[in-house]
Amino acid sequence: MADIKVAAYICKGCGLGERLDTDALVKIAQKDGKVPLAKSHEFLCNADGVAMIRNDIANEGVTHVMIGACSRRAKTEAFFFPENAVARANLREGVIWIRPDTDEARETTQEMAEDYIRMGCAEVKAMTAPGGNPNTGTSKTLLVVGGGVTGMTTAIEASKTGYPVVLVEKTGALGGWAAKLYKRVPVHEPYKSPADTGVADLVSQVLADSNIKLYLNATIAKTDGAPGRFVVEVATESGATHTEDIGAIVQASGFTLYDMNKLPELGGGKSANVVDQAGLEALAIAAAAGDGVIRRPSDGAPVKSVVFVQCAGQRDTSGQHLSYCSGFCCNASIKQAMYFKDANPSVDTTIIYTDLRTPGNGEDFYRSAQEKGVIFTKGKVAEVVPNGNTSTVKFHDLILDDKDAAEVDVDLVVLATGQVANSGINIELPPVVTEADTVEIKPISILNLTYRQGKDVPQLKQGFTDSHFICFPYETRRTGIYTAGPVRRPMDIAQAREDATGAALKAIQALENAELGRAAHPRSGDLSFPKVRLEGCTQCKRCTVECPFGAIDEDEKRFPVFNESRCRRCGTCMGACPVRVISFENYSVNSVGAQIKAVDIPDEFSEKPRILILACENDAYPALDMAGMSRNEYSAFVRIIPIRCLGSVNTIWITDALNAGYDGVMLMGCKSGDEYQCHFVKGSELGRVRMSKIDDTLKTLNLESERVRDLEVAITDIERVPEMINKYAAELVAVGPSPFKGF
Amino acid sequence: MSANTAVAEKYRNNFLKEIEEQVEMGDWVKMCMQCGVCSGSCPTNFQSAWEHPPQELFMMIRAGKREEVLTSSSMWNCTSCYNCIVRCPRKLPITHIMHGIAEYAHRLGMAPKMQPTRFFSGLFWKNCTHTGRVNELKLSMGLYFKDGFVQGIKNGMAMQSVALGLVKAKRLNVMELFGGHKCKDQKGVHAMLKKAYEIERGRKTAKIAG
Repeated sequence: MADIKVAAYICKGCGLGERLDTDALVKIAQKDGKVPLAKSHEFLCNADGVAMIRNDIANEGVTHVMIGACSRRAKTEAFFFPENAVARANLREGVIWIRPDTDEARETTQEMAEDYIRMGCAEVKAMTAPGGNPNTGTSKTLLVVGGGVTGMTTAIEASKTGYPVVLVEKTGALGGWAAKLYKRVPVHEPYKSPADTGVADLVSQVLADSNIKLYLNATIAKTDGAPGRFVVEVATESGATHTEDIGAIVQASGFTLYDMNKLPELGGGKSANVVDQAGLEALAIAAAAGDGVIRRPSDGAPVKSVVFVQCAGQRDTSGQHLSYCSGFCCNASIKQAMYFKDANPSVDTTIIYTDLRTPGNGEDFYRSAQEKGVIFTKGKVAEVVPNGNTSTVKFHDLILDDKDAAEVDVDLVVLATGQVANSGINIELPPVVTEADTVEIKPISILNLTYRQGKDVPQLKQGFTDSHFICFPYETRRTGIYTAGPVRRPMDIAQAREDATGAALKAIQALENAELGRAAHPRSGDLSFPKVRLEGCTQCKRCTVECPFGAIDEDEKRFPVFNESRCRRCGTCMGACPVRVISFENYSVNSVGAQIKAVDIPDEFSEKPRILILACENDAYPALDMAGMSRNEYSAFVRIIPIRCLGSVNTIWITDALNAGYDGVMLMGCKSGDEYQCHFVKGSELGRVRMSKIDDTLKTLNLESERVRDLEVAITDIERVPEMINKYAAELVAVGPSPFKGF
Repeated sequence: MSANTAVAEKYRNNFLKEIEEQVEMGDWVKMCMQCGVCSGSCPTNFQSAWEHPPQELFMMIRAGKREEVLTSSSMWNCTSCYNCIVRCPRKLPITHIMHGIAEYAHRLGMAPKMQPTRFFSGLFWKNCTHTGRVNELKLSMGLYFKDGFVQGIKNGMAMQSVALGLVKAKRLNVMELFGGHKCKDQKGVHAMLKKAYEIERGRKTAKIAG
């Protein structure tokens, strides 16, 4: 830290030179920013401008660079100085593009730019160039848990790209659920008839691949470590365990069909002639091995009429069964009806549905089934009454509004029950599972992680594993561990194979990043990592509990252990730490705090309020930048600081800002809750919980609660955000200036 | 055994199959996906003329509601505007299917006897095949007296001014009531129609016989 030399560069391009007094900005950098070397340039991001900066770094001993030009999101390739700490003052998107080009506005616009220069100079001094995580691992082996279609596809795809794979399957054979199918829904033109499952081909590919090490009848006894250096113990049937060094993990543990015995009103478990979709596949395979005639289980008579009950135990509003649609079952029932029609067109096949949902090219498949004479009836089945060798299906015909409709003398009833994820232990539930829980919780852990936060990957709802469902679907909240296939969300074979391929590539990316000490998404490539001053730690455990990615364990003395490779660099630990001992090299309580303090606060008589905006860099800050690109104007009294996540906001920043005389603070973070959009999944939620207690702080300062405002901002809020800013600025005028000005 | 009971006996509950085989374009009924665009597009539906819109009729056929479908007046209300055909996402020739079902119900003697469309169709056919030309005076009078003598007089009185106007403009000749003019070869037309009937009857009998 001793030999730092800061240089500030002010760009005059993109209209900055015309709209701003750049000479004054250079002076501000020198005087207020206390920067020994400050220059302006006509066109900083061109080869000449960049060469000037490089020359100063090489010959003038510049270690810290402050660039006053466009947003930090622009020109990242030009202003790429990995050896140096770099701060950017956003004069283009953040100042001239959001201000009107008028003589009246010139003064406040210039003030805004000057503050951003002060903030940039203050920030860069509080930073060091990140050196990368030293605690890396070099294992390039991929562990795939589950030998079904998803798992096999992941293994094959990863192996094809040259990465060794360890494939662990719980049962004695590969193939999983798909191996129990007679045929699958077609995925090729003309989408008219059931097709071969392709499982045999996948199995032979896996078996023939010397790059894939296969464990059958095996489970994961223990998973320890971090991306690049996982140590996994595989327990085999014989009781022996094998230790494998693993770089990244793909969990493809699949699903279990919802238990039809929970549906006695639909005849589940009451008659051999009421089966679920798996039961019908078994009958079809038995038929194919014999004379091709599907027979009634109760007496072996050929089936002459069959009724398919869609949404059995699914899309349930009573809270007893699955509340969701599994998405695959309409196509599956259509396929199964074709088993009958293709063998014998005189068999009566009726599919009773409430909404026929046929994703992919299922519409063609559906039409083909209609051509083959499968009857589709829109209705809701109330009851299946088995009676000897046949059953009566009572239903409410929704087109004719006939509540007493019935299919009588039905030989076979097939219940389309949904998919329940095999996602292991729900680590967020208390250890004893309450009986009121509607979704079956499998008490057996799949990964047996040694992580402080629990043995399995966290779930979102209904037992499916949590991921960022919009942007990073294969990610889990455990870095380097990916889920693919129906454990993530209900899906069919085609979707599972796509998922598997995606997860394999993400896993490879993760282990490569881990070796280089770089972060995975959304800060991919980030070399900074949390550093803790352990001598200041009070062992309060907030960081170990709150980390959305379970990156932080505890040692035997209950001090936090940062597994840097598991870290996504969101800074939630930094925001949580009450004694502020956690920081990143280029992002810390100090680097943001210094910016807050660097802003020039005019006195209360100037009628120039100051509003601090802490904006999430993932959504809110890009939205603000885009507002600039669209020339959506907003108040010149705001000073915006990008933050990594709302979760990284330490309350000290807000206290500092209010003490310094800011009139208000706006926090802009992503949507939280079940429908979250936070890129760090839990970050914005945790940040908001923390901020909900800010009222106490305001009370001790004797300030109005309006002084702090929490906003949910999405990346699309390009017009809304400027409106919200202007509205808040107007509201603050009514509240009056902060009493802390001038102290 | 009438034609109706004979068919009912053969198909038992599988009314859809009966429609597929007996009704012109009936094999399209199974392709309906119940979206309801036909019902929403039907201009007659604005006046609640339809007891059962096309989509519902198709569902009733699949549900085996034979009596209700064939005695329904719904398909007789079709005005052949072709909106449904144009809009059907599954490309069902709905207008033609409606006419097919109506014709089949008529053939079985199950169509509602005094349904105006059906009555007028019969009247028109008889009228024009009799002489080979349409006798407009007799046709409209036949329609006026559909619901009895008293109602016929009332209808006539109501249309009095129109009729007189037509007579004055020489658009209506009262003498047409007595015989009226014919086409050149009335006998030839009759012979042609007789042959056509014969061919059609043969074809339909064969179809019912399977």
